[in-house]
Amino acid sequence: MMSKFFTRAALATAALAIWANAASALDISGAGATFPYPIYAKWAESYKKETGNGLNYQSIGSGGGVKQIKARTVAFGASDQPMKAADLDAAGLTQWPQVIGGIVPVINLEGVAPGALVLDGPTLAKIFLGEILTWDDAAIKKLNPKLKLATATIVVVHRADGSGTTFNFTNYLSKVSADWKSKVGESSAVEWPVGIGAKGNEGVANNVANTKGAIGYVEYAYAKQNKLTFTKLVNKDGKIVSPATESFQAAASAAKWAPTEGFYEILTDEPGAKTWPITAATFILLPKQPQDEAATTEALKFFSWAFANGGKAAEELDYIPMPKTVVELIKKNWADVKGAGGKSLAP
Amino acid sequence: MTVVEPDRRERNGAMEVTDFALAQKITPAVIVDRPRALGRIALIDRIFHHLTRTAAIIVLIILGGVIVSLFRGALPAIKTFGFGFFTSQAWNPVNDNFGALPAMYGTIVTSIIAMLIAVPVGLGVATFLTELCPHPLRRPIGVAIELLAGIPSIIYGIWGLFVFAPFVQVHVQPALIAGFAGVPVLSNLFAGPPYGIGVLTASFILAIMVLPFIASISRDVFETVPTVLKEAATGIGCTTWEMMRHVVLPYSRVGVVGGVMLALGRALGETMAVTFVIGNAHKVSPSLLAPGTTISATIANEFTEAVGDIYTSALIELGLILFLITFMVLAMARYMLMRLERTSA
Repeated sequence: MMSKFFTRAALATAALAIWANAASALDISGAGATFPYPIYAKWAESYKKETGNGLNYQSIGSGGGVKQIKARTVAFGASDQPMKAADLDAAGLTQWPQVIGGIVPVINLEGVAPGALVLDGPTLAKIFLGEILTWDDAAIKKLNPKLKLATATIVVVHRADGSGTTFNFTNYLSKVSADWKSKVGESSAVEWPVGIGAKGNEGVANNVANTKGAIGYVEYAYAKQNKLTFTKLVNKDGKIVSPATESFQAAASAAKWAPTEGFYEILTDEPGAKTWPITAATFILLPKQPQDEAATTEALKFFSWAFANGGKAAEELDYIPMPKTVVELIKKNWADVKGAGGKSLAP
Repeated sequence: MTVVEPDRRERNGAMEVTDFALAQKITPAVIVDRPRALGRIALIDRIFHHLTRTAAIIVLIILGGVIVSLFRGALPAIKTFGFGFFTSQAWNPVNDNFGALPAMYGTIVTSIIAMLIAVPVGLGVATFLTELCPHPLRRPIGVAIELLAGIPSIIYGIWGLFVFAPFVQVHVQPALIAGFAGVPVLSNLFAGPPYGIGVLTASFILAIMVLPFIASISRDVFETVPTVLKEAATGIGCTTWEMMRHVVLPYSRVGVVGGVMLALGRALGETMAVTFVIGNAHKVSPSLLAPGTTISATIANEFTEAVGDIYTSALIELGLILFLITFMVLAMARYMLMRLERTSA
């Protein structure tokens, strides 16, 4: 009786192993940024339903994604921080933006409704530098003449973990404030002059919600879903804008995407009357001459499918799909990805 | 067939064991080749000896491997910053300028405060459970404390951030700030705006996390104290406190110190719970209410997105420092235990 049981168990295990092998044969492997993980996961689910091919995406962070694709342990890498053209060439990689998101300042100020407070870049930089200490500072009053502002102390909340959100936010502050650029600079983690560090978007949001007089920055999707008090910003054209799908897409359209530069473009402080100044694209990295051609072909098929069919899912999760004109450019650039015989692998 | 009890086998001498084992096999009709049977048993013993020795050696190899790979990973940072790494407060990923002082300070200070809270409370719990608690309640309370030890640290972190930190911010920190306002040193320790999160809150969370270790180990060792000794103490008119202080604690101090050191080890290395509530600021602040950071929190926060060799290497060097701190704590504990044993002998 026991031996019968063991035989069955062995058979079942063997069957499972065969099934798992068959399933993983066409699975696309990817690793990198955490910010686009929800949408990649959602796309993967729909893609598997349609084609039977799965996606195994490990959201280990942008730095990890770059390391993994350089070591060629995955079919594609994902990063919030684009690589420069020279670095791409050195690593034999091609790069394109896959999806867009926005970053919004959020505050906790009694009697101030979402979208009621207006800030501009230099003021935001001074707040995060610790030069503006109270909410009734002249610089903030000047931007909000109609708002009654109390003498509350400003509590700065920033990300403690290295993150693409921080990279784009500090990139914006560097562009609009020479002081910020020289004293702090831009990176996925910086030496913050003031404030408390919180882990992840949810950490920043929670600390802002709990602390009177707090200001922080989070992903737009996060601010919207949790109904946080966001601020408006003054953009490069001097117009006051609200964070919304249209204003993020305006930024993506205004950018001068250059395929030869690996689409290196950071969507902060872009021109345009409707443009939201802190918009961010997240990037995909892929080898130009892959060792595993089948895996790369499958990955390209997946992203092609996502550009064609993934827009609605992206908007449901408050990501912004790439504008059509940019998608055309990206697809044209895929001709660079070549197999051993010099044949393009683009679908 | 009778089975040889393991403890009985241990109590007998080596020869007796083999004879005893042989006796089990001999049936009157069969003549056993005695040397061969003995040889087989000796072989099994040798294999067992080698197996256990290999297990012990593997631990040493892993430990050595960890030290070597930590050191190799940290080498670029060690070369760049030298001894200055220990004294610098900088933590600037943009310019690749790093220092370990804030993280080391935060690690040590949070652990010390946590132990200051958890040791008296833990010993109190253990005393209550072994001496004062009504019998029907002993088991439920004991189990509840052990359950505390089983809660994953991320749960403590989330609870700390969403429930405990707001409570501390509204009820504890303002009272501390106001209460110590005029006192010379303490007013600096409890200064600044009440953020809710910070070094003190992280220490509180750590104290709650290590409490079950101290309480349950102390309870176990208190229970090993012979009843005769305790009855003698009570007999000459000792109060419960005097009995604990002069009879139970001296008898069980080695075990208690062991439990405390285990708890300290956990406090030093704790990551997730601390990350949520410490504020993650790379600064050494005189105020305990200000945000700070610890070594493990820094590594957990920044390792995934660390770009560049020096940044990664600095984080690995932090790991090496934590390893050294833990090693020194354990060495100190051993030394203390050795001295205790010598004085009591």
